[in-house]
This record gives sequence, structure tokens and C-alpha cells, in this order.
Amino acid sequence: MHADVLTRWLPEAIRACYLIAALLFILGLKRMSSPRTARGGVVWAGVGMLLAVLATLLLPGMHHLGLIVLGIAVAGGLAWWSGKRVAMTDMPQMVALYNGMGGGAAAAIGVFELVGAARVAAMGGVDAMAPAALVLAVLGVLIGAVSFSGSLIAFAKLQGWMDRRFVFPGQQVFNVLILLLAVVLGGVLIFAPPAMAVIAGFLLAALAFGLLMTLPIGGADMPVVISLYNALTGLAVAFEGFVLQNEAMIIAGTVVGAAGTLLTQLMAKAMNRSLGNVLFGSFGAAAGEAQ
Amino acid sequence: MIDGFVALYIFMLAAFTGYEIIARVPVILHTPLMSGSNFVHGIVLVGAMVALGHADGPLDIAIGFIAVVLAAGNAVGGYVVTERMLEMFKSSRPGGANGEKG
Repeated sequence: MHADVLTRWLPEAIRACYLIAALLFILGLKRMSSPRTARGGVVWAGVGMLLAVLATLLLPGMHHLGLIVLGIAVAGGLAWWSGKRVAMTDMPQMVALYNGMGGGAAAAIGVFELVGAARVAAMGGVDAMAPAALVLAVLGVLIGAVSFSGSLIAFAKLQGWMDRRFVFPGQQVFNVLILLLAVVLGGVLIFAPPAMAVIAGFLLAALAFGLLMTLPIGGADMPVVISLYNALTGLAVAFEGFVLQNEAMIIAGTVVGAAGTLLTQLMAKAMNRSLGNVLFGSFGAAAGEAQ
Repeated sequence: MIDGFVALYIFMLAAFTGYEIIARVPVILHTPLMSGSNFVHGIVLVGAMVALGHADGPLDIAIGFIAVVLAAGNAVGGYVVTERMLEMFKSSRPGGANGEKG
């Protein structure tokens, strides 16, 4: 009787935790957008995150709990240590690094789901994933992977590991072709039964596009680009949240996607630049200031 | 199960919410807010945990573990960096703007 009540109510209690977490994220971001309340805002969001993570550990049917805790402890410990010791002036590249990791995580979740669908398809199963979930999983991988590799390049540039801007003739056409390749392979995943080789090619093409798109952009423009990738990661998280049917991911991801898009525009405007100029300025005649 | 249209409604309302809470942010808070929203999408950790928690076989476990490691870096690193940036907003008045530009 007691166990029965627990199995019935635990999933609902966990979903309630996700709801409270989503609320705390929104209130926290709201507080962070005003100087008077900004400091407390991150604590509100932090409490929401802690609640959501602890609730997820209690989800019924979860395996590999030891591995999950180990991964969080090791990566979280390293991130804590690196975040604490970095100089104030080096903060933007750390944001880029952590943001890239988030994008990579969203892409990995999408790949995880696609690989699962490919396994079902290989065994002769049909309809491994609902069509909407399949489309959003593919989109999430594309956006998340671009954000991952793009953010890593942004990190490397701000860290001073890549001083030169990387420009070659026909670069823009080449980049568009790589993006087209990624989109076509993504389309193949959606319209044909998913296959491992296509998933791998799709992921590689998306990663390559993020890399190539960021390479020609100068270091001074990086904060705007990081903000754009931040918005993209939010979107990827929201898409993968739909695939996993996780409300907290959908809401937090979409809020960040929208807020990040607006913030990107505001930052570009504060620099008296348009976003298009920042992203593609190095290709035109009026090449912006190099670092 | 979240139905497709319900998901679209959630997307729409959450997008408006995200847009509205940022609409009047002062320039001095651009970078801390970028960092703060970077922390918030660290919620991807929850999805990564679910993926690894349902992993079946070595490839699944490897992908799930990569997702958890990356997501944990996003969440924890995002929090630490945001908190440090916002430490400069101690009093009720806007403080220094050291974290403003890279």
C-alpha cells in the first residue's frame, strides 16, 4: 500500500519540482535584469537547478546512478575550480566555454535518441520516434553542435590561442555548402530510417559549420557571438526537452532562447553594429577591427 | 505526454516571457545576464541524466556520460561565473563594470 502510493505520486512530485524550477529560473532571470536585485537572481535560479537535479535522481527506472553522480561530481568540480580561479577580465571566454558544453550536451542527448531510433530501425522496427520528436531531435543536434564548436572557437580566440582571423577565398560559399550538407543529412535522418553512418556524418557536418562560421570573426566581436550561441544553446535544450518530454527543459530553454536573441541584438546595438555585420563583416570590404 | 499543440503553446508563452524579462536591461548588465542565462540552460543536465539513466549498452552509456559531463560543466561553471560577476553589484547602486567587456 505504502509503496503503491509512492509509485503513483513520485512522478507527479518530480514534475512539480520541475514546475517550481522553471518558475525560479524565470524569477531569477527577471531579478538579474535589474542592478538592484541582480545578485539575488542567480541564487534563485541556482535553487531551481538544485531542485530539478535532485528530483531527477529520484525518477523511477533510472540506471547508472553511480555513473551519473560521478560525472556530475568530476565535471562539476572541475568547472567550479576553473570558474573560481579565472581572472575577472577572462570571464567572457569562460561563459563561451560553459555555453559550448551546454550546446554539446544538448547535441549529445539528440544523438543518443537518434542512435536509439537507428537501433530500432536496424532490427526492422518502424516508427522508432514520433515524427515531431524526430524533427526536433535532429534540429537540436544541428543547433547544439554548431553552438558547441562555435563556442569553443570563441573561447580559444578570447583566450589568445588564435590571434589571426582565418579568412580564405570563397569561404562564404564553402560555409554555406557545409551547412547545406548538414541540412541534407538531417533531412535524410528525418525521411529515411535513421542509420548510424548518417548520424555520424550529420554530427560532423554540423560541428564543422560551427567551427567555420566562427573562425573569421574578430576577437572584439566575440561577446556578441557568444551571446548568439547562448541563445542557440537555449533553443537546442528546448528542442531536446520536447524529445524527452521534459517541461523544465522546454521552458528554461525557450526562455533563454528568446532572452538570448534579444540580448544579442541589444549587445550588437550597444557596439553600433548590426548582427549581420558582426557575423559576416569580415567577408565584406569594410572588414571590422581585428583584435 | 505533451501533445504537439500544447508544446507549441509552451514554446510561444515561454518565448514571450524570455523576451519581456530582458526588455529593459541596462547595458551594464548585458554580460552578467548573458552569463546568467547561460547558467539557466544548464538545465540540460536534467535531460543528460535521464539519457544516461536509460542507457542500454556501451555506446549509449558513452554518449550519455559525455552529455552528463558537458551539462554539469555548463550548470556548475555557469553558476560560479555568474555569481562572481554579480558580486560587483553589492549595494543598491550599480557597482563597477569590470566584467562588462572582454
